Amino acid sequence: MHHVTLDQWSRGGSALHRRDPRAKIATLIGFLVVLGTAHRDLAWLGAALFAILLAGLWSARLPLGPALARAGAVLPFTAVFAGISWLAGDPARGAALVMKSYLSALAVLLVVSTTPLPLLLRGMEMTGAPRFLLMVAQFLYRYLFVISEEAQHMRKAAAARGATVQGMAGNSARFKAAAGALAVLFARSYARAEDIHRAMLSRGFPGYFRPLSAPQFGRADSLFVTFLVISLIVIRIFIEKVA
Amino acid sequence: MPPLILVNQLRYRYDDGTVALNGVDFRLEAGETVALLGENGSGKTTFALHLNGLLTGDGSVEVCGIAVNARNAAIVRRKIGLVFQDSESQLFMPTVLEDVAFGPLNQGLSPSKAAEVALTALEQVGMADVAGKAPYHLSAGQKKRVAIAGILATNPEILVLDEPTTFLDPPGQRALAGLLAGLPQAKILITHDIPFARATCTRAVFFRRGMIQQEGSVEEVTARQGWEFRPRRAE
Repeated sequence: MHHVTLDQWSRGGSALHRRDPRAKIATLIGFLVVLGTAHRDLAWLGAALFAILLAGLWSARLPLGPALARAGAVLPFTAVFAGISWLAGDPARGAALVMKSYLSALAVLLVVSTTPLPLLLRGMEMTGAPRFLLMVAQFLYRYLFVISEEAQHMRKAAAARGATVQGMAGNSARFKAAAGALAVLFARSYARAEDIHRAMLSRGFPGYFRPLSAPQFGRADSLFVTFLVISLIVIRIFIEKVA
Repeated sequence: MPPLILVNQLRYRYDDGTVALNGVDFRLEAGETVALLGENGSGKTTFALHLNGLLTGDGSVEVCGIAVNARNAAIVRRKIGLVFQDSESQLFMPTVLEDVAFGPLNQGLSPSKAAEVALTALEQVGMADVAGKAPYHLSAGQKKRVAIAGILATNPEILVLDEPTTFLDPPGQRALAGLLAGLPQAKILITHDIPFARATCTRAVFFRRGMIQQEGSVEEVTARQGWEFRPRRAE
């Protein structure tokens, strides 16, 4: 069964994968602050930060092309606001918006791709994030798999009875069939989600997940955060002073 | 000695008005293995879901002398382990080991102890070699065994298994029958697999339209209900 790609990526064994999730979260926050508060020489800063993220993807042994493409998922949203800025006569602001949103998405993707979500949420919990929000995120994650599985079952069942996208192409039946399948998918996913929740309750689910291995924040993690955050700050100061 | 499970006049109606249980009386004594037989939709699974408080109907249900209700649900669920019909729904953690350790962790065991208990349970069902795998990479029969391990790891006093032989090949069924025979817990098996019921159960109850219509040995019940599948020979 093919599953969510990010989950597969997150179960690697690189040095970046092994870092404590809190170290990665702290570094991510540092990265976002450095990027988000920058206003001058954005092209140089953007290039430097992009190079750092590429180095991160490479060291985590993640496929560069698919990772860069996935981070581009934010672009349609920011492109709308960038377009408005461009029409308002401020194309530089629009370009900065696109660059910042893409790099932010890529940084988040790098953290999510190198940390299994249960561990990431556990790390967030240990840094004081509200447990309720984390629970919602965890269930969202779990049920994403449910919907994905149900969709694949339905696709197989349809294919087994001769359904093809080409067979319906070019007529309104295609839209109707897709809409009907979507409705069935949600109904089936809802029923499956209820079953899973029952199974969880029957094994004493207390309302939050207890991890089998708790993350340990070690010396290597301290060095990782310190080195990267200081480097990011130095890079920004250097570019703003020299470039 | 009081019964492990005591059910009196249990009634349940689904939201759409379907009457699933219509006055069920049931007892389970220590050491018994009881088969729940009956047609699809006769109320067997609905009945099982009442035993650990996942559904709540009218009437009374007691497990190990504890009334099953919302307040006692957590205590009752430590006493009774339910293996669901569809193992896919029961396996929700990223790896097999984490899934089997889910129950022990919720019982308050330390992570290292929970992992140890989970590995022992996986060894019991012959699945220790897949501990590090993702559950969705397993075959249907393997998933069923891991689901059973997930319940064994919680060490309940009563085991309820809904269609335990589904997806198991004959060697797997034999292994499961051997495993169940060696477990000290009282057991309830919901099954359509009559040879398996005959091999593992000391008693059978037959559900029809939300009621228990007949009780007795597996042979008596299946003979009286005409519940044995005997294929006709091709002419």
